Amino acid sequence: MTTDADPEVPRARVSGNHDVERRLLGDMIRIRVFEERCAELYAESKIRGFLHLYIGEEAVASGVMNCLQPADGVLATYREHGHALLRGVSAESIMSEMFGKATGCSGGRGGSMHLFDEATRFFGGNAIVGGHLPLAVGLGLADRMLGRNGAVTVCFFGEGAMAEGEFHEALNLAALWNVPVLFCCENNRYAMGTSLKSSESQVDLALKAASYALPAWVVDGMDVMEVYRATTKALAALRAGGGPMFIEFQTYRFRAHSMFDPDLYRDPAEVERWKERDPITTFADRLVADGVIDDSDVDAMWTAARDETEAAVSVADAAPIESVDTLLDHVTRPVEPANDPEDPEATDPVVPGDPGSGNPDDVDEVWP
Amino acid sequence: MSEPTTMTYRDAMREALRDALATDDRVFIMGEDVADYGGTYAVTKGLYEEFGRDRVRNTPLSESGFVGAGIGAALGGMRPIVEIMTVNFSLLALDQLVNSAATLLHMSGGQFNVPLVVRTTTGAGRQLAAQHSHSLEGWFAHVPGLKVVAPATPADARWMLPTALADPNPVIIFEHSGLYNDRGPVDPESGPVDIDRAIVRRPGDDLTIVAWAGMVPKALEAADELAEAGVSAEVIDLRSLRPLDLPTIAESVQRTHRALVVDEGWRTGGLNAELAASITEQCFWTLDAPVSRVAGLEVPIPYAKHLETAAIPQVADITAAATALVGASP
Repeated sequence: MTTDADPEVPRARVSGNHDVERRLLGDMIRIRVFEERCAELYAESKIRGFLHLYIGEEAVASGVMNCLQPADGVLATYREHGHALLRGVSAESIMSEMFGKATGCSGGRGGSMHLFDEATRFFGGNAIVGGHLPLAVGLGLADRMLGRNGAVTVCFFGEGAMAEGEFHEALNLAALWNVPVLFCCENNRYAMGTSLKSSESQVDLALKAASYALPAWVVDGMDVMEVYRATTKALAALRAGGGPMFIEFQTYRFRAHSMFDPDLYRDPAEVERWKERDPITTFADRLVADGVIDDSDVDAMWTAARDETEAAVSVADAAPIESVDTLLDHVTRPVEPANDPEDPEATDPVVPGDPGSGNPDDVDEVWP
Repeated sequence: MSEPTTMTYRDAMREALRDALATDDRVFIMGEDVADYGGTYAVTKGLYEEFGRDRVRNTPLSESGFVGAGIGAALGGMRPIVEIMTVNFSLLALDQLVNSAATLLHMSGGQFNVPLVVRTTTGAGRQLAAQHSHSLEGWFAHVPGLKVVAPATPADARWMLPTALADPNPVIIFEHSGLYNDRGPVDPESGPVDIDRAIVRRPGDDLTIVAWAGMVPKALEAADELAEAGVSAEVIDLRSLRPLDLPTIAESVQRTHRALVVDEGWRTGGLNAELAASITEQCFWTLDAPVSRVAGLEVPIPYAKHLETAAIPQVADITAAATALVGASP
């Protein structure tokens, strides 16, 4: 069934010092500042390829990511700078990646669409729409089979993914196998330029998800506290051994789909209406009005975010590029020699075949 | 060294799976009807009774979904073995295999490897027509980031799997559907085989025949016929389709000066073409004749037995091509 977030959870989950609210707001501002700068850097040709900005949707990433633990796994889409940043991937390594530098979080192989970070269990940065949903099921299955109780996998995707077969296959598998995966649909209403109503026969996305016999909610994705409360509730159930859940976060991107998109398919008035619900200004105004923070606190957040971003730009600018000599690295990983403690004479029966390993035994790409 | 026992290719594969399940808790099998049913080709028969539903896991008919789940489970620390019923069905999982399994390591700058094993059947000969009989292994051999192997003997069916499971990369094992009932010696303790290396199945002097999977027994039979006619054919079982063990082939061709590639798959753009080009590049100055190819005809595999037989290489085709090749002179 489609339900709203539990009304029992108090609207203002206020801790004494309002740490949660401050963090949620500050993190939204960090994303906004970082991405506004990315747009400038794209115009300066420092960033190339596709660049998809998340501006307008920050409440979803901030609300969800602030509920995660280190053992959790995260999979995101190609619009994932903010998710990576809030997961703890440094602004420097993200910016360096977008600059195509060796020090980038994917070694310059991924770019904007493919941010990865093993240390924080950030599994991309996936740019085949819907393709990462089955991976989330597998990560959840591994958590179950390996007894990593309490760990969850959070999988972000847009509403466009719900037209893909892989969405349906993944939700069916997740429900059948009862894996601890939270499916987070970031419904920004447009799959590139195709509106939801012109691509889905059923536009009630939570209802569609619920057909796979898993709990599904609709949440106001422009209200970071609503996002945070709903996610907190969902993850508590998952961590306690519950099966998969689905949340549709209703949101909106203020910018075009990518830097190549002239944005001709939306009424500018529609964009302006949504901007009135800017998740950052509305939340900041509310916190100030409630006396939780004051204007100087908000200013300090913007300043801190600018400092973080500018430092990242400086680092990325100065960072070295990857040597072309390493181009074929990481195509396959070399096979580790087998260790048999019983037999010191034992040698690995497998010959490494990594074309980039520099091993003279390589036969994959190069003639002897 | 223990005495080899004789077993079928199917039983050898099952023994490999049983051993993997018994020795590594991270290993599990999933696929369509792999549990109670025992697998379409009965390879997993009995394993679910022995290891339970968690580790011999039935899936819905969702090739993309469960191959993707296998990738995710591999990322999460498991060692999944995913069975795809036939290579034709693997096309439904092509996105996961090519866009995820093969790319994640590189795209992540070396952080996320995918230790996934996929088993699937390939090949014609069972009158299963055009949606269950193709030989598409060459497509996967095209893709950097994947490893592709094709056991042609019961011994390789038994011992390629542990090597594949020890590999940190995605490995696709193509089992030829026509080989499952073949019997052959399997050393129960010989240990994992080096899956990166081709092997000379029959030494010879007059030409080199390169084959893999279901074409290996046919090439060996052709070599017997050729021997009766006084032609000494060396038969190389490719075993690994990616990476290609070109040095083993080149060493052979530089001795025999003639090469014949036998591929059950289609000729145009096939793995046979890659091999012929590579042999030509490497051995051009030692060749006594152009590299020759015997490949599947350019037609979807038909149902009727005589048509199916005519569509794929047979022993007589190999013998004829080899005879012509040996007779050819500049």
